[in-house]
Amino acid sequence: MGKKRYIGRTILFLLAAVFAVGFLMPTVLTLSNSFMAQSEIDSNYGMVFRDARQSSGNAYVSDSVNLKLIPDKVSFIQYIVVLFRSPDYILKLWNSIILVLPIVIAQVGIASFAAYSFSRYQSRFKNVIFFSYIILMLMPYQVTTVPNYLVANWTGLINTRWAVIFPGAFAPFSVFLLTKFMRRIPVSLIEAAKLDGASEWQIFTGVCLPQCRSALYSIVILVFIDYWNMVELPIIMLNEADKQPLSVYLSVINAGEVGVAFAIAVVYMIPPLLLFLHGEEALVEGITHSGSVKG
Amino acid sequence: MNIVRNIKEKRSKGKVGKGSRKLRIREKLNSMLWLAPSFLGVSIFYIVPFGVILYYSMIDSPLRRNFVFLDNFKALFRNDAFQAAAKNTISFSVVAVPLAVILALLLALLLEARIPLKSQFRTFFLSPLMVPVASIVLIWRVLFDYNGAINEVLAYFDIGKIDWIQSQYNQVVIAVLYLWKTLGYNMILFMAALSNIPRELLEVADVEGASPINKFFSIKLRYLSPTILFVTILSLISSFKVFREIYLLTGSYPVGRLYMLQHFMNNIFRNLDYQRLASAAIVMAVAMVIIIAILFVAENYFGKDVEG
Repeated sequence: MGKKRYIGRTILFLLAAVFAVGFLMPTVLTLSNSFMAQSEIDSNYGMVFRDARQSSGNAYVSDSVNLKLIPDKVSFIQYIVVLFRSPDYILKLWNSIILVLPIVIAQVGIASFAAYSFSRYQSRFKNVIFFSYIILMLMPYQVTTVPNYLVANWTGLINTRWAVIFPGAFAPFSVFLLTKFMRRIPVSLIEAAKLDGASEWQIFTGVCLPQCRSALYSIVILVFIDYWNMVELPIIMLNEADKQPLSVYLSVINAGEVGVAFAIAVVYMIPPLLLFLHGEEALVEGITHSGSVKG
Repeated sequence: MNIVRNIKEKRSKGKVGKGSRKLRIREKLNSMLWLAPSFLGVSIFYIVPFGVILYYSMIDSPLRRNFVFLDNFKALFRNDAFQAAAKNTISFSVVAVPLAVILALLLALLLEARIPLKSQFRTFFLSPLMVPVASIVLIWRVLFDYNGAINEVLAYFDIGKIDWIQSQYNQVVIAVLYLWKTLGYNMILFMAALSNIPRELLEVADVEGASPINKFFSIKLRYLSPTILFVTILSLISSFKVFREIYLLTGSYPVGRLYMLQHFMNNIFRNLDYQRLASAAIVMAVAMVIIIAILFVAENYFGKDVEG
């Protein structure tokens, strides 16, 4: 009996390990490839990035793809190129930052006010609003970009950052999640603060926000990764390549720049990965509590 | 003492008395003030223009403004590009969404078993959520290119080369990327739901000699049904977002089965054909609402005996 169980567990463990390798592989390979010199990239993947081979001249190219976990020679040359010799990539990275940071700050800020209102007082009118927020949240991009575009067009915001920032700032996702968290705050806490003569603002900043600190953190992480990843809105709203964030631009690598592209890809995933490693517990808690549309 | 009296006073004020009404109105105003920034923004950027879209979808052009009711919709449904895009989007979601739900549930069950390194596995499975798609499309191209790594492995088993990105198999490539990205999030939701199943119930089942499979189908699945609903809706929404992955992998003009509704929309954005844009948005919104309503009804039907 005991032995049988042991074998069963070993099989399950191996299964989990296989999955884990699959889940980690793309990230790890990207990381390790970023430490290869262009010549090694060319000889490994020359057949894949055929255009790249033409421009990089007569470097040796193998016929087959050579996936390598560990570079023959660790080189930081790609990072040096990214950081010091390619203003284009840095500009796009900067674009990403100045699009995403305002969206995250504004969305979470506005949402925490709204969530406070939804969780403190209920009325039929507000229930209707909350329900419409949920519907809106469930709508795919294909639907919501159309109203976003119309407004940006009327107000002349097309081709400016604001056309991307405003729809992001008011997206209802955070409102929904934060409301669920704030409704879990014991009423007695708020009543007690009220009896002590606290104003609404004091209750909000002194009781409500500290109570959902981990919720706020997890929402910041989720919103950040969502917009750090965005493609749809920028390509519709921003016509000029100069204004595009890196998430859009990375797919348009120039021939012969594959190695650099790996390095910039790594640079691009560092901020979300750091957030993830630091805030995993909060994130998991946040996801867990997002668990039901009904509640 | 003072506090108690205070509470009593407030309670009585809340129910009767002349001050109550004034207080309530003030409270209402106050609470609307907190909601105002969000509500104004949502109204301006989402709700009001959506009303305009509804109007646009039923007129012949923004200049002439003749009311044509359903003509735009009829034209849309007859449009070849729309048909192809809708077909591709549906066929992708029909396969990918159930996979995203079932595999995530399996992963959650796997991590429920007593195996070592559980929390590390959770981190590993969740990590793709935090990796930008743009960062890993390069590796995806290396893996799935005609001369790529996957084909090399297949060649080892004497399977001929498959042109993953250019052929009908390209939906598989995107589906793998989609699953890679969404499974972790779904798994966390299932793990939470699994841990909420009353232990006593499972222990009783153990005592009565139920097999693990039996326990899963007659107890766990029942309790999981609200989560299954939620995960299905989430996965459905993110399955509409695979445009991102497709765009990053293949550019604006994908081949064959990767031409999705978002591509169709983007092309109309380029021509600014308001009628078509509006009617397509309305059709998708209505379809989405219907699908979600059906899922809710189905969940109510299957999960009704464990409502909690």
